[in-house]
Amino acid sequence: MSVSTEVGAKNEATRAVGEARVTLRYALLVCLVLALLLLVVMVAGLLVGSERLPVSATLCAIFTAGGNVCSLSSIERAILFDVRLPRIVLAATVGASLAAAGAGYQALLRNPLAEPYLLGISNGAAVGTMIALVFFGAMEWSRPVMAFAGALGATFIVYRLARGRAGTSPERLILAGVIVTTFLSSVIVFVTTLMDATRIRSFTFWLLGDLSGSTAQMLTIALVAALVGVVVLAMNARALNLMMLGERDAFDLGVEVERVRLTVFLVASLLVGASVASSGSVGYVGLVVPHLVRLSVGSDNRLAIPAAALAGASFVIVADTVARTVIAPRELPVGAITALIGAPLFIYLLRRG
Amino acid sequence: MLEARDITVCYSKREVIAGVSLTAEPGSVTAIIGPNGAGKSTLMRALNGAKEITRGEVLLDGKPLAEFARRVVGRRIAVVAQESDLRFPVTVMEFVLGGRYSWASMGAWGWETERDVEAARLALEETELTDFGTRLVGELSGGERQRAVLARALATEAAILLLDEPTANLDLAHQAAMLSLVRERSDNCGAAAVVVTHDVNLAAAFADRVLLLKAGRTLAHGAPREVLTPETLRELFDIQVLVDDHPITGAPRITPVLQDFLRR
Repeated sequence: MSVSTEVGAKNEATRAVGEARVTLRYALLVCLVLALLLLVVMVAGLLVGSERLPVSATLCAIFTAGGNVCSLSSIERAILFDVRLPRIVLAATVGASLAAAGAGYQALLRNPLAEPYLLGISNGAAVGTMIALVFFGAMEWSRPVMAFAGALGATFIVYRLARGRAGTSPERLILAGVIVTTFLSSVIVFVTTLMDATRIRSFTFWLLGDLSGSTAQMLTIALVAALVGVVVLAMNARALNLMMLGERDAFDLGVEVERVRLTVFLVASLLVGASVASSGSVGYVGLVVPHLVRLSVGSDNRLAIPAAALAGASFVIVADTVARTVIAPRELPVGAITALIGAPLFIYLLRRG
Repeated sequence: MLEARDITVCYSKREVIAGVSLTAEPGSVTAIIGPNGAGKSTLMRALNGAKEITRGEVLLDGKPLAEFARRVVGRRIAVVAQESDLRFPVTVMEFVLGGRYSWASMGAWGWETERDVEAARLALEETELTDFGTRLVGELSGGERQRAVLARALATEAAILLLDEPTANLDLAHQAAMLSLVRERSDNCGAAAVVVTHDVNLAAAFADRVLLLKAGRTLAHGAPREVLTPETLRELFDIQVLVDDHPITGAPRITPVLQDFLRR
C-alpha cells in the first residue's frame, strides 16, 4: 500500500503562477471570498427545509434580524429562528471545527489522510460523551469535557501506536487509526446494548453525526471551542508549515517542536471533542475539506487552516441541508452524507499514491 | 563560534560519539571524514542540540547551547541534513522561506517581510535556483532538491553552517560549486562551517581543518596536509592510498590504490 504523497501537484502550478508563495493579501482575499460563500450558504440553508417558508418574507426577516415588519407568522418565525438558525450555526461550527482539526492533524502527522474520524479520535470523543451521558446524565457540561478527554486519549494512543522504531509511516498511522476505531466501536456497541430500546435509535443516529438534538448551551460551548481552536491553530500555522516537512527539519530551523505538537494535539482534540459532544461523529469533513483547500490555494497552513474552517462550515451546512430535505419530513444523519462524499475521495487519494 | 568540548553521545548505553572536541571558528571550514556508521551524523546533531549529549558540553559563543531558545539557535546555526521527505506540495520559494522562520516577529507568527523575501531570493540566486521559485519541491531532481535545502540554510543567514553530506546527490560540477559557496560564505562573511563528506579530495581542497572520525572517536584532527596521510587513511578506511600534491591547486591529492582489490 502506498499512500498519496503529492496532493494536487498539478493544480499547484496554476496557483503559483506569478507568485511562488501565499501573501497576506492573497490569504485575506481567499478568506473573504469563503466568508461570503458561507454567508450565502447560511441564507440558503435558512430558506430550504421540509416546511416551506415564503422566500421574500423570510429574507426580510433574516436581514432585519427578526424585525416584525416582515409578513411571517409566529410559527414561521419560530421555525426560522428557533429551529433552523441554531441548527445552521451548529452545522457551521461543527464543519469549521472538524475541517480545521483535520488540517492540523494532517500537518502535524505529515499525512494528507489523517482525519479525526478515520484515526478513531471522533470515536474517543464519542466514548467520552457516552460515559458522561451514562454516569453524569444531569450535568450537560460534563459531555464536552469528557468528549475532549476521550479525543485527547485517542489522539495520544494513535500517535504512540503509529510511532514505530523507524518513525511514523503513513501506513502505520492509518492502521493505528483502524485499530483504535474498531476497539472504541466495540466499547460503544457494548454501552449501547445496555441502553433501553427507545434511546438506541436516537443514539445510533447521533453516532453517525446528527445536528438535530443539540441545546443552546451545547451550541455555545461548541462555538467558543471552534473560535478558540481555529485561532490557536492558525497562530501555530507557520510552525506547522515546517513540521509538515519533517520534525527534524523544523527543529533545526528553530521550531519548538514539542510545544507545537502538544498545542496542536490539545487544540485539535478540543475541536473534535466539542463538535462530537454537540452533534456526534460527522466523518470525513476533516479529510475532504482540507484536501480541496490545499488543491486550490496551496499547502501554506496560514491560509489553509482558516480557509478550511470557513469552507468546512459551508460544507456541513450544505450536507445537513441535504440530509434534512432529501427524504423530508424524515431526516438522514448528516454523517451519512459527508461519508458518501468522503469515502470515495479517500479511496482516490489512497490509489494515486 | 560553536565549540564542542570532549562530548560523548550514547544511544541506549552504546557510545556513538566518545570524547570528541572540535571548534567551528568564524571564517573556517572543518571537514568531518569517516567510514559509514562512524557517528558523523550523530556528531552533527549533537552540535545543533538535536541530540542530547551524555558528557561534555557544546558551547555557542561560550554559553551552553541548551540555554538558548530554539529560535535563537535557528538564527545562529543552519543545518543541511541528509533526508527531507515531502508529502505536501510546497513551492521552492515557500520551502526556502522556511529558513526565515526564526526571524519572524510576533512569536514566529505572521507573514514574511520584504527582508525575508529578499534573503530567500538571494539564497536562490546563490544556489542557481532563481527560476525555480514557483516550481514544486517534489518535482525537483535529487540535485536540485539538495540545492534547495542549501538555499534554505543560506536564507537563515546563520553564521554557523552544519552540512551533512551536502554533495551526496550532486554531479561533479555542482559538488565543487556547493563547497565553493560554503567557502565563500566563510571567507567573505566570516561564516563557520562544519561539513561531513565522503570525498576526501574535496575536503582537502576546501577545508581548513579535517577531523577523522572512527567508531565515534577522533582519529586525527588538524590541517588537511597533516591529517590526510597514507597512514591515517589506512587506519581509517583500511585501504591503501597514494597521497601526492595536486599539480594545479597544490592541495593534497588522495588516490586509492586499487591493485589490492583487483588482484583479489
